[in-house]
Amino acid sequence: MKKIISSISAVSALAALFVMPLEAGAKEMTDEEVTFGRKAGNCLACHMIPGGNLPGTIGPPLLAMKARFPNKADLRAQIWDATVKNPHTIMPPFGKHGILTEGQIDQVVNYIYSK
Amino acid sequence: MKKNITIIALAALLGSSVAIAAQQSAQVQADIDAFQNHFKAKFPEMDLDDFSKGPYSMNEDKLMQFENIMEMPPFEDSLDKGEQLWNTAFKNGKTYSSCFNGPVEKIRTQFPRWNAEAGKVENLEAMINKCRTDNGEKKIGWKKGKMAFISAYLTTAATGEEINVIVPEGDEKALAAYNKGKKFFYSKRGQLNLSCANCHIDSVGKKIRGDILSPALGQITHFPVWRGKWMRKKGNGFGTIQRRYGGCNKQVRAKPFKVHKDEYTNLEFFHTVMSNGMEISGTEYRQ
Ligand code: HEC
Ligand code: HEC
Repeated sequence: MKKIISSISAVSALAALFVMPLEAGAKEMTDEEVTFGRKAGNCLACHMIPGGNLPGTIGPPLLAMKARFPNKADLRAQIWDATVKNPHTIMPPFGKHGILTEGQIDQVVNYIYSK
Repeated sequence: MKKNITIIALAALLGSSVAIAAQQSAQVQADIDAFQNHFKAKFPEMDLDDFSKGPYSMNEDKLMQFENIMEMPPFEDSLDKGEQLWNTAFKNGKTYSSCFNGPVEKIRTQFPRWNAEAGKVENLEAMINKCRTDNGEKKIGWKKGKMAFISAYLTTAATGEEINVIVPEGDEKALAAYNKGKKFFYSKRGQLNLSCANCHIDSVGKKIRGDILSPALGQITHFPVWRGKWMRKKGNGFGTIQRRYGGCNKQVRAKPFKVHKDEYTNLEFFHTVMSNGMEISGTEYRQ
């Protein structure tokens, strides 16, 4: 039993070694890369965003975000889980389903808040 | 369409001896009407068969490009291979046609169908493999290659034939299979939390990145399709309807189901019934 536990912790220590550089790597993505990247936010799949190519038309254009979301936390909440505001929404729940990390969501919020 | 049904119902009432499939479940017929009326109301300028052109039905430029490609389609050779395979005898001397009813142009529209005895839905590809094993041959792969060639040959031979899949009235098991397929279609799944309906009903005609979303109505009239994307991947571009289901599940980061198990076969049952009354348009090109 003890043996198993120690080998498990050895494995998780190893895993941690591998995870840390990965996370560090993820943090190196720019705010724009997290927002536009097909393997990251891929917000362009559904939204026009100034500066982005081949935008989809499923959601509204993401423009004038400061005017539409005076409170930045509301914008974050929309991205974290859009189903709270609209249970039938098509927009994926980026935070709730772990599609993006908390840090990446902050990056996306910063990026589109500047639009 | 409505007329056809009344004729069938009338024939059933009169106890006609004509070989007519069982009567459509009333619940299913109501679903078909609601489903088709939704699209008719949203796109009043389109005829029912126009919807079979998928994403191209939603954009004139793309429709023209599509029609140009279809004048010299990249898959003619594969259709010829499909015809050859269809006509090649098994070791026992029999051919595929010995397993099916009717002439070659009448086969595609018999599937998917409810097999009351087996208590499950049978689709065309499953019957092709069953035909092989019944005749002492090995199964062939389900999603592409030879299977897709044969299936595409039968789809093209059936061009203009009407889809008329029946969920027999009063058969609880058949209705349950249909309802499972329906539930699958409307259920959100995958990390991205999207249902088939979210993309192919709610967002039809809209763009998802560069792709225009096709209507769920008429999505099955032209399968297997030949896709540029599948051509580039490896293989020869052909894929069956269940291969496409797997692709659409992967897009939402859901694990695709195994083809030819209940999940996709019941989905195919529901998905095809919704297009009852439409014509098979033959195998087509897709991007
Ligand atoms: C699959 C489609 C889809 C994707 C991907 C998507 N959204 Fe949305 N989004 C929508 C839809 C549809 C709406 C409209 C409101 C609703 O239905 O909830 C929306 C609404 C919004 C709104 C509210 C706009 C307003 O003014 O009310 C914001 C902000 C937003 N999305 C940001 C994002 C960001 C940031 C991303 C990427 C991290 C993203 N969306 C990805 C479909 C999508
Ligand atoms: C995230 C959006 C999305 C979801 C969810 C989705 N699809 Fe698709 N689907 C697409 C796109 C994009 C295409 C390619 C363009 C087109 O034909 O709509 C496509 C194509 C198809 C096609 C091919 C149509 C043709 O004529 O070539 C079929 C069939 C299909 N989808 C069925 C389904 C089914 C069934 C489901 C659910 C299991 C589903 N899709 C879920 C986006 C989606």
